[in-house]
Amino acid sequence: MPSRPGRVHAEPVMGTVVSIDIRRLPDAAELGPSELDTAIAAAVAVLHRADEDFSTFLPGSWVSRLRRGEIGLDDCPDHVREVYRTADACRERTGGSFDPAWRVDGTLDPTGLVKGWAADAASRALTDAGAPDHCVNAAGDLLVRGASGTGRPWRVGIADPFERARLVAVVEGTDLAVATSGVSERGGHVVDPRTGTPASALASVTIVGADLTLADAYATAALAAGHAAPALLADLARQGWAWLTVDATGRLARSAGFPGQVAATASAPSNGIIPPDMHPSERLSSALTRSTPTAAGPG
Amino acid sequence: MNENAGKPYRARLGFAALMATVALAVGAKTATGPGERPVALAVTPATAGASQQPATTGDPAPAPATAPTSASGDGNSTSASGDAGSSGSNSSGSSSSGPGSAGSPSGSGPSGTATAQTVTGDAVSTRYGSVQVQVVLSGKTITDVVALRLPDRERRDIEINNWAVPILRQEVLDAQSARIDTVSGASYTSYGYAQSVQSALDRAGA
Repeated sequence: MPSRPGRVHAEPVMGTVVSIDIRRLPDAAELGPSELDTAIAAAVAVLHRADEDFSTFLPGSWVSRLRRGEIGLDDCPDHVREVYRTADACRERTGGSFDPAWRVDGTLDPTGLVKGWAADAASRALTDAGAPDHCVNAAGDLLVRGASGTGRPWRVGIADPFERARLVAVVEGTDLAVATSGVSERGGHVVDPRTGTPASALASVTIVGADLTLADAYATAALAAGHAAPALLADLARQGWAWLTVDATGRLARSAGFPGQVAATASAPSNGIIPPDMHPSERLSSALTRSTPTAAGPG
Repeated sequence: MNENAGKPYRARLGFAALMATVALAVGAKTATGPGERPVALAVTPATAGASQQPATTGDPAPAPATAPTSASGDGNSTSASGDAGSSGSNSSGSSSSGPGSAGSPSGSGPSGTATAQTVTGDAVSTRYGSVQVQVVLSGKTITDVVALRLPDRERRDIEINNWAVPILRQEVLDAQSARIDTVSGASYTSYGYAQSVQSALDRAGA
């Protein structure tokens, strides 16, 4: 019988795909096929539960009922209130300028927060089920826990926002949340809530920390913050978050403690717009240089 | 039931990174109603239990609809939409065997040897249409991914596919070469592409 290194599972949920990658290290003899099945099932159940509780599509969800004004936040269960508390924390951290639980049109929609929160919860479910070495990746926002192999940390590539087959950084760690928000090929999809216009000063923001719910929220907030982004990022760095930004011209900046290798520059086209016929030509091996801890963030 | 567990590390790397990707071919996250949320799973890893058998579990394409490579700019504008069918095939260029052997691995045994094999993934239904890929393996290493079928309902899909598919393909390959376990990026995913890659890996017994 060949060795069983673990299990990868992809679950369509929350309008996207969440991948769960469990590594089975040699010393985890008790983590057999049925235990892997059980762990995956537990994590998947958490994801779907979050989808049902927070969906704006399902009329009976907590969020839908909140949106219709049928119930108040106090009527909701703890985990629903927890997500809204996270939104409050994010709003306070951004000086009131960004509340991830609300849409620009003034309606309640915590969808952007829930993905990270659900991945956090799924990760806890995996650990509780005896699978402490895993990655949960919710369409680009992810958590890694434990090791990827014996004595080996996880290696997380950060995609170049202008050329997605290329990486602008590789983060290594054993317990990390990594969230990236960026403009897409469809143009800026994060809106500055104060102006209602797409936030475009930064092409992507990556936040690295311990908690994916907040990392995801802060990444989105920083992208939306426009000129206020440097102040927000400086504040986050003081709170222990690491970050990496790519601006519209492809320039990279990062916090002093950013835990990984960073490329010299991203591959931004001169006009900052991704042409539809662009295809990958550069390879990671030539793009990465060992970063120096003295590189400064945006001023 | 548990064939997935035996998947080789490197192949799993490719898939994990792919799932993480940013890319978008067909699926931006702008679901706007219950009916438009991604549905219609043709296969999931948990149910791909028949991974060792050469016959397909999905519907095989009788002929490749598209086969864009990283150099293709506009070659795949006439793919079959949704249903199995053939039209406007484009030479694959990078797969020596060509995308003709829909549905069966060239070596169907549980191989661990460094022989090349070409395995076709399931045709995966997405709300944008069907996606089907073929994975070329050398031993346990993915050497190429060829798209056999992509949605083309609207001109926008074609543009996106022309842009995205080479990237998706390159991501699978780069994820191996860079020894990356996973990728963080803006929140787009190509669900159908990744699913089809996964089913091909399952089928390869890799």
